Amino acid sequence: MNKTWNNKAWFMVLPVLLLVLFSAAIPLMTVVNYSVQDTFGRNVFFWAGSEWYEQMLHSRRFWDAMGRNLAFSFIILAIEIPLGIFIALNMPRKGWGVPVCLVLMALPLLIPWNVVGTIWQVFGRIDIGLLGRGLAQLGIDYNYVRDPVDAWITVVLMDVWHWTSLVVLLCYAGLVSIPDAYYQAARIDGASRFAIFRYIQLPKMKRVLTIAVLLRFMDSFMIYTEPFVVTGGGPGNSTTFLSIDLVKMAVGQFDLGPAAAMSIIYFLIILALSWVFYTVMTSYDGEN
Amino acid sequence: MARIDLDHIRHAYGERPKSDADYALKEVTHTFEDGGAYALLGPSGCGKTTLLNIVSGLIRASEGRLLFDGHDVTALSTQERNIAQVFQFPVVYDTMSVYDNLAFPLRNRAVPEREVERKVRETLEIIDLADLAHKRARGLTADQKQKISLGRGLVRADVNAILFDEPLTVIDPHMKWVLRSQLKQLHRRYGFTMVYVTHDQTEALTFAENVVVMYDGQIVQIGTPAELFERPRHTFVGYFIGSPGMNVLPVEVSGTEAKIGAERIALPGLPAGPLSGTVELGIRPEFVRLGREGMPATIAKVEDVGRRKIVRAAIQGRDIALIAGEDEEIPAEPRLSFDPAGINLYADSWRVELGGRP
Repeated sequence: MNKTWNNKAWFMVLPVLLLVLFSAAIPLMTVVNYSVQDTFGRNVFFWAGSEWYEQMLHSRRFWDAMGRNLAFSFIILAIEIPLGIFIALNMPRKGWGVPVCLVLMALPLLIPWNVVGTIWQVFGRIDIGLLGRGLAQLGIDYNYVRDPVDAWITVVLMDVWHWTSLVVLLCYAGLVSIPDAYYQAARIDGASRFAIFRYIQLPKMKRVLTIAVLLRFMDSFMIYTEPFVVTGGGPGNSTTFLSIDLVKMAVGQFDLGPAAAMSIIYFLIILALSWVFYTVMTSYDGEN
Repeated sequence: MARIDLDHIRHAYGERPKSDADYALKEVTHTFEDGGAYALLGPSGCGKTTLLNIVSGLIRASEGRLLFDGHDVTALSTQERNIAQVFQFPVVYDTMSVYDNLAFPLRNRAVPEREVERKVRETLEIIDLADLAHKRARGLTADQKQKISLGRGLVRADVNAILFDEPLTVIDPHMKWVLRSQLKQLHRRYGFTMVYVTHDQTEALTFAENVVVMYDGQIVQIGTPAELFERPRHTFVGYFIGSPGMNVLPVEVSGTEAKIGAERIALPGLPAGPLSGTVELGIRPEFVRLGREGMPATIAKVEDVGRRKIVRAAIQGRDIALIAGEDEEIPAEPRLSFDPAGINLYADSWRVELGGRP
């Protein structure tokens, strides 16, 4: 079959191209621009080449933040994905419980990020916070302002509280799309509860789980607002993630060159890791 | 294989059924003989799938008892009843190979792996999928998937019955024939007790020796295809089986004579009992003769369906369909007559025997 080429169609996509140009491409290019230049102020820039990139890649501070980011993403994925699946499996499939559960699950997702941060910042305070004071009453020494481990626990808990719902909702959508006949056939085949999960529910959830892992990974790797509000990156640098460090560098210290180089590296890492995740998780589909 | 007895089975989906109308299945007492091939035929929502699921144990009947070979299994779970069921949409375990799909029910029952291997190989031969044993089940066609569903039932040596719930719905028309004849062959070779639910009369009539016709939660007739065709016990069976369905005309009966408006029709015998309620005469289009004798009729339409013609006519203002041969001529002043062998009489929709001598 011969396709008719209609070059006028390009005009149709022009508005979108322009929009993307102004919203993404041009801002990104300014960052690239900063990353290869240096300035001593007064808006005078001169060529710096790959200097900032080299400095970044040899910077201890950068790699420490990177390590914390990876650890954070790994921990929250290890908690949120199994927990989300578990909750979704136990949610009712019919009756009045369905809307109640769905609304409850959606609530944390509707709260703005800085509000989530504020909620947990107050919640964990040892002088007025319910969690902080409660733990103190129980004789547990908890103080997220002073103790790095406590700070991490608080930030991880907060993320689990905020985002597990997303995994739950995605998994639930996958689960309710399984026709009843599958469960009936499994009963006839004498399948155990675990076999039903392993051979029916998990395969049917695979696609949505891929999306859940990708979304949660990207989001947690870029996390900024919530830990910034709760811990401000402290105590010390213990909860300073890449994004927090980046803002410190760009806005706090006004080191535009290094900050721009860091942005580009950061962006490429997220892009590469997401691609790896996606390829690994979908490679299975390509079999046969 | 086993004989299955349904003893006063009733089922309502809602809790606390108040009237008869709340029951999806109204009192069924019936026996599926050991090794029989049965079709449950009826329109959507008549309760046939409910009945099937009660037999397999996916639904627990509200009332009544279920017996396999005389043992009460009413309270047993699906797994304990040892039933195979094939569903409308093929159910396969996507991530497993064809081989593992068939092995699944055995492995769940902790059968030793050597025995599993032997049974699976045997079943693969029966369902004709041996070449695909190590292919992933996901990529197969609908009919192959449906065979896997069937195979998962056959692989267990001791299943009591194989139940089919409209298994050919999603199969391509040309494969339907193949699968149906393979099922019949299986039945002949191995003598499984098979119950086959369908709303397609052709499927039911070609598959089964005994067709159970259901309507509105009840069994209205059980019989061989010929019995259902010639002597429908209920006007519904008359409508539902045959194409076009039986003509049903309100009549007044006195002695061996029925009156439609001003026309008189001789009945083949006296009604066996008193006639109450609405009295109707049923005659299949195949038994209506078109010619120059009989009742004057008007012809509305002639549909040519290949080897024969369906003639839509009317006598005394009542629509009537009849079958005419391919080359049969339609007379200018058409008249209709009824073959006495095809006349059935119904009182309140149920058939009345016409055996009495005048």
